[in-house]
Amino acid sequence: MTATLMMAAFFIPIGVVPLMWAARKMPDLRDGLMVVAGLMTFACVVGMVPAVSDGARPEVLFFQVFDGVPLAFRLEPLGLVYALVASGLWVPTSLYAFGYMRGHGETNQTRFFICFALAIFAALGIAMSANLFTLFTFYEVLTFSTYPLVTHAGNKAAKRAGRIYLGILVTTSVTMLLMAILWTYVIAGTLDFTVGGILAGKVDGPLVPILLGLFAFGAGKAALMPFHRWLPNAMVAPTPVSALLHAVAVVKAGVFTILKVVIYIFGLDLLYTTGGSDILKWVAAATILISSIVALRLDNFKARLAYSTISQLAYIVLGAMLVTPDSVVGASMHIAMHAMGKITLFFVAGACLVSVHKSKVSELNGLGRKMPIMFGAFSIAAFSIIGLPPGGGSWGKWFMALGATSQPSDYPFVFVYMLSSLLAIGYLMPIVARAFFLPEKVGPSTAHHEADAHGDGQHAQADHPETSIEDPSLVPVLPIGETIRETHLLMLGPIVFTAAGCIALFLLAPQLEAFLRPIVGGSQ
Amino acid sequence: MNAHLPALQVVLPLLAAPVCVLLRNRRVVGVWATLIAWASLAIAITMLVHTMEHGTISYALGGWESPLGIELRVDVANAFLATIVTGIASIVLPYGPGSATLAIPQDRQYLFYTAFLLCMTGLLGMSVTGDAFNVFVFVEITSLSSYTLIALGKGRRALTAAFSYLVMGTIGGTFILLAIGLCYQMTGTLNMADMALRLQPVMGTRTVLVAFGFFVVGASIKLALFPLHQWMPNAYTHAPSVVSAFLSATATKVSYFVLVRVVFTIFGAAYVFGTVHFEWLLMPLSIAAMFVGSIAAMYQTHIKRLLAYSSMAQIGYMTLGLSMNSVEGLTGGLVHLFNHGLMKGGLFLVVANITFRLNSSKIQDMAGLARKMPWTTLAFAVGGLSLIGVPGTAGFISKWYLVQAALMKGQIWLALLILMSSLLAVGYVWKVIEVMLLKPPTKRVENTTPAPLRMIWPVWVMIGSTVVFGLWTTWTGTVAEVAAETLMGLR
Repeated sequence: MTATLMMAAFFIPIGVVPLMWAARKMPDLRDGLMVVAGLMTFACVVGMVPAVSDGARPEVLFFQVFDGVPLAFRLEPLGLVYALVASGLWVPTSLYAFGYMRGHGETNQTRFFICFALAIFAALGIAMSANLFTLFTFYEVLTFSTYPLVTHAGNKAAKRAGRIYLGILVTTSVTMLLMAILWTYVIAGTLDFTVGGILAGKVDGPLVPILLGLFAFGAGKAALMPFHRWLPNAMVAPTPVSALLHAVAVVKAGVFTILKVVIYIFGLDLLYTTGGSDILKWVAAATILISSIVALRLDNFKARLAYSTISQLAYIVLGAMLVTPDSVVGASMHIAMHAMGKITLFFVAGACLVSVHKSKVSELNGLGRKMPIMFGAFSIAAFSIIGLPPGGGSWGKWFMALGATSQPSDYPFVFVYMLSSLLAIGYLMPIVARAFFLPEKVGPSTAHHEADAHGDGQHAQADHPETSIEDPSLVPVLPIGETIRETHLLMLGPIVFTAAGCIALFLLAPQLEAFLRPIVGGSQ
Repeated sequence: MNAHLPALQVVLPLLAAPVCVLLRNRRVVGVWATLIAWASLAIAITMLVHTMEHGTISYALGGWESPLGIELRVDVANAFLATIVTGIASIVLPYGPGSATLAIPQDRQYLFYTAFLLCMTGLLGMSVTGDAFNVFVFVEITSLSSYTLIALGKGRRALTAAFSYLVMGTIGGTFILLAIGLCYQMTGTLNMADMALRLQPVMGTRTVLVAFGFFVVGASIKLALFPLHQWMPNAYTHAPSVVSAFLSATATKVSYFVLVRVVFTIFGAAYVFGTVHFEWLLMPLSIAAMFVGSIAAMYQTHIKRLLAYSSMAQIGYMTLGLSMNSVEGLTGGLVHLFNHGLMKGGLFLVVANITFRLNSSKIQDMAGLARKMPWTTLAFAVGGLSLIGVPGTAGFISKWYLVQAALMKGQIWLALLILMSSLLAVGYVWKVIEVMLLKPPTKRVENTTPAPLRMIWPVWVMIGSTVVFGLWTTWTGTVAEVAAETLMGLR
């Protein structure tokens, strides 16, 4: 039964692709199909939670590809969390994307949404994979299916970003990740994810850090420095792409791979006793701090969020490399926590771009008073990213820092986690402060919006035909008070929903932790 | 019945070729040739199944027992190869000659089919024969018919391309003949198995060494091993696309197989790798081919020439597999022989579709093609991903075996080189995809329409099978492994 649900969740996102293609001439039907598929997928994934929580590990074997290496799927708690995140955020992102893509007058929408569905399909394949071969297969499917999304604009900047995106992701995955996978296969004779690892007793000495390094850097989607540059560049993509793919599906595929490898290929005990992850701890710590400092200095809204993502991904990598049960569980929790928080932040960034044409942090002054709901949601999500209650991110960080207290040599990393929180306050809180407390700036690019705010909001659009918004139904027309004009409901709804999700995750954290505990098995 | 299959495999297309001349009518000949190809494919598959289950089939031609008579000898490796040749022909022939790129008028198109069937005969003969002189005969049949096929390309340069291939091909053929002559002088036999046995006592002589050298150089010219590849880019560029599809997928592959046969069946791994250290020559050349071919491909402005240089790189993978002298390596080489045949054949057919509509094979002229010919563009992308070796495509399977072979020998640097060279493929494939996907359409593209269905389905059969064989490896990986073990005498 659970296996059936698993296959349903796996096949629905790709099954809807031909239907969407068939409905390409009817945008409403096409978009509706995607929402229905998203809801069905999420329902299937949620349906598996009770069984997996009771210890079931549904398995489906397709066929043998290489000797002892089948294309096979097996769901365990960590994979289920990733699947929940990817499928659960698909629907809000779709709704948001409809508002954004139409509001922004984007072309090639059918291609866009089809690639979107393919990316979710790949993410679910990664989440459910039973061995490294299956995982790698879908990892690459994800890379190539998101390329058309990154280059969607089709202009010079998009082309350049696309080259960097493919260049870094394919280079790292082929020369390092695939190398590590094959090396593991030659050493261990299997690639199955096994509780306790498959390499224990088969590797020792310098080979452990070398192999682990190949995996950690090879999973380039985790954006561990120095292979992080693709992520800020990929932000030329439309915001829904940045939101779902570069806060949720793609980057989480990278850290998910690293966690899977640490837990099920090496096993925590092997890494803990050999100290094989010592160097990578410092790489991750450096990535956390450097990218946070870079984020402080960036004025471009999305770029700042991108560097924040790099930093948060390195949290998870550091949590994995600490190889204590607490830190690994915390890192796994943080996949969900960060996804929920960061997607909210990206949604807000995109809404600012579409509704008021602001893409810089310095232009956001006073917007919070015009859009209190949106920036209220932003504040909650920012708390989560910083690691403050009532944001879910505080729990992930708590457990990871707790894991760093298990041996004295790891104490510096507790400090790293704390310092990075301060830095996160430094790069996120100014946005909130500007939006709520500073007076709105009057500049040439923002003049007519200023007029809107003080004039009659209902007729403002007609007064400004030069505005680039194509569809008049999508201009911000939610006049709550005289000066309040929230963004379009299709965008505001998802923003509120995911911000509420941050709080929900804060409250549900104990259950999530208990759910994830079994993945570390009996490790000390 | 099964005992006669090896002979039937060669005789059927050989007899069918002159019938084409008698039939004359373009459509009738097309159907006839297609039917023959399908029948040949059925024969090849039957042989493959039979040899997988029961082992080698030996057929004494004309009832003259070997070593005096000519022996057709089919084991898993031969049957595998025959399946590839007939399989590709079965897809390419229904596609037709692609009249837009053909120099001869429609009423003489039967000559295309005649030459095609003869070429197939030669390739199949090389695949199934167990007789060394027979190999030479079939090499010549293949070569002569392929000169004709290449010269059919539109434009005068097809003639020079065919001529330079003729010169190089003749040198190659002559070298093979010289090698056979020297071996015959030393052993007094032409049967490969018998020759291998009788060569043993005289292995140390210089004559045998020279014979081996001639064999290697002759076969290397035919399979376009770097730096003996000069004939290939021109030939593939100026030949009709369909011919490029067939030749790139089969001709170089069969020549590779001849080289493998020479190494393992006639001279034996102990001599080739133990005494002569052939790997010291072959491995650097293979690696050079992988890199030079890929880098050269990146700089091409014509898509057919780009694919030709890519072929040169991919042949490097195959010979690299051979040079590793291990079951895994040879399996990788043989799997790649099959997989590369599929993807390169498929890609040339894609190009045939594009040139059919655009009347140009310049990459720049394909700007924005994704909008006008979405399925063709997608087919190119999938085929390209397979060239790169993305998991889920056939190219990945080959890469996996090769890297695994390198790692099992402890040669981590070699594994890394293989992976790095596959990255170069991203460069030349993406160069085309970027133009098709992201550039605004040119006038030429704006006025075009998708290719007719008749030309689309063969493309998708080939491209689709690269995905199928990228996941389902029972008939490629497993068979290639058995074939490799057979060739190395482990079975």
